[in-house]
Amino acid sequence: MLGEGIAKGFVETARNFFGSYLSKDRLTTVQYPEERLPQIEATRDFPFLVYDGDDWQAGLRCVGCQICEKECPPKCIYIEKSKDKKPDAVGKLQFFPAVFNIDVSVCMSCQICVEVCPFEAIKMDTEFELSTDDRFGGLLWDKARLSKSNAYYGKIHPTDAAVSDALLAEEKAKAEAKAKAANETMANSTLPNALQAVSGASSTQ
Amino acid sequence: MGETADQFFVILQHWLVGHAPASFRPLLSALFSVVAILVVFAFLFAITTVLERKGLGRIQNRYGPNRVGPFGVLQPIADGIKSLTKEDIVPQAADKAVHFLAPVVLVLAAFSLYAVLPIGRNMVLANLDSGVLYFFAVSSVMELTIFMAGWSSRNKYSLLGAMRAIAQMISYEVPLILASVTVIMAAGSVSTVAIVESQAGYSGILPHWFVFTPWGFTGFILFMIAATAESNRSPFDLPEGESEIIAGYYTEYSGFKFALFFLGEYLGMFAISGLGITLFLGGWAAPLSFLTWIPSYLWFFTKLLAMTVMFIWIRGTLPRLRMDQLMNFAWRFMLPMALLNLVTAGVWRFLPHGVVRWFVCGLLVVVPYVFLSRGLMQGWKLEKRVYRFAE
Repeated sequence: MLGEGIAKGFVETARNFFGSYLSKDRLTTVQYPEERLPQIEATRDFPFLVYDGDDWQAGLRCVGCQICEKECPPKCIYIEKSKDKKPDAVGKLQFFPAVFNIDVSVCMSCQICVEVCPFEAIKMDTEFELSTDDRFGGLLWDKARLSKSNAYYGKIHPTDAAVSDALLAEEKAKAEAKAKAANETMANSTLPNALQAVSGASSTQ
Repeated sequence: MGETADQFFVILQHWLVGHAPASFRPLLSALFSVVAILVVFAFLFAITTVLERKGLGRIQNRYGPNRVGPFGVLQPIADGIKSLTKEDIVPQAADKAVHFLAPVVLVLAAFSLYAVLPIGRNMVLANLDSGVLYFFAVSSVMELTIFMAGWSSRNKYSLLGAMRAIAQMISYEVPLILASVTVIMAAGSVSTVAIVESQAGYSGILPHWFVFTPWGFTGFILFMIAATAESNRSPFDLPEGESEIIAGYYTEYSGFKFALFFLGEYLGMFAISGLGITLFLGGWAAPLSFLTWIPSYLWFFTKLLAMTVMFIWIRGTLPRLRMDQLMNFAWRFMLPMALLNLVTAGVWRFLPHGVVRWFVCGLLVVVPYVFLSRGLMQGWKLEKRVYRFAE
């Protein structure tokens, strides 16, 4: 009979209408600014620079190698290398970025900078509320704003951070062993010591 | 006391007009009524938009707007500011004069409809002898504006939407008018005020509304279906078809002109609901005899609100029809039903009061319904779709 299905439909929608007032389970909408869904661990939104210790300038892992700048598909990274050197995470003397800017409005969160970085220096953040009313200055993040501590990285991505920490610790141990060996050879004779120092300096460049 | 409350606005208007010199009085009196209609129905439009969005939200298990003001009640103000501050874009190839006129004429026509609706006892702007005729004449101006909008935009989608709208509105105007002709037959008048008065009595506590007769009930249902199609509401919203032809005839409208179309559409919906109330639901009359102490205009607006809720419920329930389904429904079901309903109304008029009359007229409604719906559903086969190449 014509109209039977229509009547059924009306009953269904009426049930939805009154049911949504009676049981909160029916309303699946998350009221965003007040309520939030928990983020999954692999959440990624925008890169940040990792530093070790408490001083972000001294502990910055980035050595200004500019690989990420070259690999970035939308070209949102801008780096200027420093003139002088400072010790990096492993302890070697390295350059550091004098300027490191990322444009928030251009970044497409592809994580390629993270994949290519050989120094575990750039990682993805979970912070996603990056909007601002200043569309030029406010969207161009500089080194100071991008730097976040390794402890923070451990908090947002515990698994990845553990892997990266282990890797760095291994490298550091290797470097220390090398330095120790160099020291031992220096103790044995003074002539090879000078040679070692020259080769050591050339390897850092 | 009840009498004063009922006639409060009429007395107020007389008192206000009384201060003016005699030659200005008719003009001033008309002006007051016009302003009242403009303010009240524009306000009703504002609350209906938020009610509709909240109602549809709840039907779909969502919250609906709840950000602007407490429970989102100030949403219409935010919408208004938004549409006022938006850029008004007119396509380069558009017929600029007609493009501008279409929304303006639509709102004008929609407001003109209220001139003949009796909102309360003694509360009608113009008591025309041919009130119902006037209503249908002006409502066809609204169809014209829709075609103006579609044609002047120079856009294929707009024109498609306008063509669909015209086809739909002309088809559904026939059953709409035929359904109201039964009431005109029964009341013996085309004046809306006289039609309301002819339904004014009570037997016991029950009112003499036309909807409580077999032909009146059928007529009311037919009228409401046709009214839904006339006001371009879902499930007959093919002309707009947001999901397929991107708002159809007003695709090329932006900013406040778009808001005017919205306003015109809702005003048309209220007006045609108002006519439905006037013709079938006793106008401003109370539904039970002991409730007459409540002012008549409150009853009118209560009924109007109930009709609006019904419209929202329908929109939240039914999916959009296809063009051929729309036309089949109009010409193969609505039209024969409306014609047979005219016969039923005549039979009802000439049979003596009693059970026999109810039985005969009930049969005259139910039997055609069963057969016509069977005819309409002929060839409908609901089966699992078989794909030739996709599987």
